[in-house]
Amino acid sequence: MESKSGISTIAATTVTETQSDARLPANPPNNGEAYEILHSKSTLFYDEYSRKAEGKKQTHYCPGCGHGLVHKLIAEALQDLGEQDNTIFVSPVGCSVFAYYYFDVGNVQVAHGRAPASASAIKRSCPGRMVISYQGDGDLAAIGTAEIVHAANRGEKITVFFVNNGIYGMTGGQMAPTTMIGEKSTTSPWGRRPSNEGYPLHMAELLATLEAPIYIERVALSDGKNIMKARRAIRKALEVQRDGAGFSFVEILSPCPTIWGKDPVAARQWIADKIIPAFPLSVFRDHAPEALAVKEVEPPQRSVAEVLGIATSNDGDTTHRAEFDHRFEDVKIKIAGLGGQGVLLLGQLLIEMGMREGLEVNWLPSYGPEMRSGSAHCHVCLSREPIGSPLVSHPDVLVAMNEVSLRKFAHEVVRGGVILYNGAKLPENISIAHAQVVAIPASEIADKLGSTKVANIVMMGALLEETECLAAGTAWSVLQDKVKKLDLLELDRKALNAGRLFIDEHAHIGALDQPDGFA
Amino acid sequence: MRQLCKGNVALVKGAILAGCRGYYGYPITPASEIAEAAALYFPQIGGTFLQAESETAAINMVYGAAATGLRVMSGSSGPGLSLMQEGISYLAGAELPCVIVDVMRGGPGLGNIAPEQSDYFAMVKGGGHGNYRNLVLAPSSVQEMADLTILAFELADKYRNPAVILADGFVGQMMEPLDLEYREILQPEKPWAVKGTHETRGNLISSIFLESDGLEEHQRNMEAKYRRAQEAEPRYESCHIEDAEILLVGYGIVARILHSTVEALRKQGVKAGLFRPITLWPYPSKALVEAAANVEKVLVVELSNGQMVEDVRLALDGTVPVEFYGRGGGNVPSVKELQEQVLSQMAVRV
Ligand SMILES: Cc1ncc(C[n+]2csc(CCOP(=O)(O)OP(=O)(O)O)c2C)c(N)n1
Ligand code: SF4
Repeated sequence: MESKSGISTIAATTVTETQSDARLPANPPNNGEAYEILHSKSTLFYDEYSRKAEGKKQTHYCPGCGHGLVHKLIAEALQDLGEQDNTIFVSPVGCSVFAYYYFDVGNVQVAHGRAPASASAIKRSCPGRMVISYQGDGDLAAIGTAEIVHAANRGEKITVFFVNNGIYGMTGGQMAPTTMIGEKSTTSPWGRRPSNEGYPLHMAELLATLEAPIYIERVALSDGKNIMKARRAIRKALEVQRDGAGFSFVEILSPCPTIWGKDPVAARQWIADKIIPAFPLSVFRDHAPEALAVKEVEPPQRSVAEVLGIATSNDGDTTHRAEFDHRFEDVKIKIAGLGGQGVLLLGQLLIEMGMREGLEVNWLPSYGPEMRSGSAHCHVCLSREPIGSPLVSHPDVLVAMNEVSLRKFAHEVVRGGVILYNGAKLPENISIAHAQVVAIPASEIADKLGSTKVANIVMMGALLEETECLAAGTAWSVLQDKVKKLDLLELDRKALNAGRLFIDEHAHIGALDQPDGFA
Repeated sequence: MRQLCKGNVALVKGAILAGCRGYYGYPITPASEIAEAAALYFPQIGGTFLQAESETAAINMVYGAAATGLRVMSGSSGPGLSLMQEGISYLAGAELPCVIVDVMRGGPGLGNIAPEQSDYFAMVKGGGHGNYRNLVLAPSSVQEMADLTILAFELADKYRNPAVILADGFVGQMMEPLDLEYREILQPEKPWAVKGTHETRGNLISSIFLESDGLEEHQRNMEAKYRRAQEAEPRYESCHIEDAEILLVGYGIVARILHSTVEALRKQGVKAGLFRPITLWPYPSKALVEAAANVEKVLVVELSNGQMVEDVRLALDGTVPVEFYGRGGGNVPSVKELQEQVLSQMAVRV
């Protein structure tokens, strides 16, 4: 824990009756508010602070520190609202890191700046509970800026209490994002200079630019009247959450006498004289929740088995099975072409077929920018045995959907392998002697059938007919299951047949001596 | 029932079967299908999916949800995991169970999105600050993406500690048959959780121990549970080790390539064996020592410049020569390439 002057002289400043009176101005103005100073400690606080190492009756805060008073106001509000058993308090990193010493509620202490993220997930995990994120200005407005902005923007149904004392208390007085221009700190030794450190961040105003928040107010602990307002704001923010209305946020201008080098009274006067003019007090947002109502699509609710596409144990196995006599131990196929040519899909159809025919299968895509740049390929393994390496470095079959792929991968094909090329004939100046090459004008055939998009299915027909690695009947049943649109399915059927027919009718181009099919 | 599934999707299905109902994450290739599958499935089964503003936020959301006792997870790849490390340290320090997935890609920096195994140090040796360990599991098939995720949730709860699925881009992206059966998975009671109820009011989730003695005691307690895990949890797979003269060691996708390599070598008459760690922490050191007891050489293969090889050397402690062969940047050794490596290693011995 970082050291800092003054923190060892801890007094029970704020949550006990005697001290809290001392913190208020001598004559709190009575403006008719029902503000009642509690003469006993809120039951929301532990009787004894047993989590503290020593001084179990006192807080760890310095005399006159604003944290204690804010704690007291929150505790009283939660007590009055009857929410003690229903509350989860998220404490930050900063002087209030030990808020869980005091609040007799569920407590979660989190990383520096991340309280709104953790609180969001806590609330979503326990929707009916009161979840409070309590943060200092370094925590909320510096390291945790992203988390508070996004929690607010999502309209998380949490309450955030933002204790703005314009300085890093816990680490001993470094500049905060809220430190005022000209103000000295240990890391702004000449005073905050906008040219170097920028301007103070006004978090309440910033969050008020967002649509989702329901309630945003800035208050100050400067004098009795403003403390009343703070008390009301804190209560209101909690009520907003209790009613499930949405995100509520109270920024509290708060004294840090120790770092400011002022006595508690002077510190409060400083807030009134210097800070409030720079951080105006106001209700920045007070929306009725209806104001945000937008029509949304509700996700359907389904059973786990349904969502996962698995049968419950008594449904039995509904996997389609197909019988086929495979004349190979394994076949490795590489399919390559342009993005949009259905290269990846063709591979997926083949492994679906293989699986139905009781084979072990694997499909491995090329992925990422390689695809975005326009080319795509995938590896397909079909095997009677469990598949070791899924990488096809030396395919038995290459399906090249364009010339680039042919040039790129033809040399990888094993001696005596098969290359199926999408084209009327082989391109000029390419000689492939080690494998059997079949040129199939698949795109043309597909085009004539009605859509070049089914060129991949033409190639599939050719592949099945040429290599007999899988049954054409299985292909048809897979297509029937996967293609929902009837006109498309009809197109696929024609494409599949056209590919098979082409192989039957045409002599091989540049073929090595090779028996038909795969042995 | 077998269904074709991508590794990344299988992982989410496994998580759901394990009772995970919270997913908090940020997209990154090659792990995005994890977030996408969670986004599709979780809201339909009463769970929460939230795309966080960053991996930093995501891991702290995981922290919050785990604090309430829920089974919760996040998934990412290298750069995202770097951002999560502070949060993972907090989770370990606060003894919160959760599952974190790293589908490794090429690094350092932005590197590339091709598969690598270069986050071994970051995930197995720590990465975040302080005295802690991650439980780390390394799947090498689509089926294991689901099965080891279920196991990861169980181990995380058992040891109240983050569990990591350390996968690579290939295992995440490839498609294989997945055999899933619906079953009720019992989750342990979590009396320590903070749920905002009367019963849990006295509970505190925190990683702070202000006093030196208190923190040291906490660390010792954590160390004791890590010892228990080291006794009970090492998992591995091996083949052809009985008469092996050279032992090949690799995990994840590499183990699959090595398996094919061993088969090919055996056909050539080379007595090669395979040792594949499934848990990377706790590392199956004892089993490795046994597997390597009679071999002349050990060859470790990784998609990195040599990270896990350090644990192999630690385990074998100089008793057997340990050689290393690594590829990087998304390059993956072919079976042929590894066969040649082994043959040249075997040649050196004569
Ligand atoms: C990641 C990280 N960075 C830095 C710190 C050190 N640190 C602890 S508290 C703090 C600033 C707290 O200031 P503020 O949020 O204003 O709270 P205050 O103490 O003034 O109430 C800092 C920088 C930390 N704990 N974690
Ligand atoms: S915020 Fe300031 S006054 Fe309060 S405890 Fe911290 S250093 Fe002391």
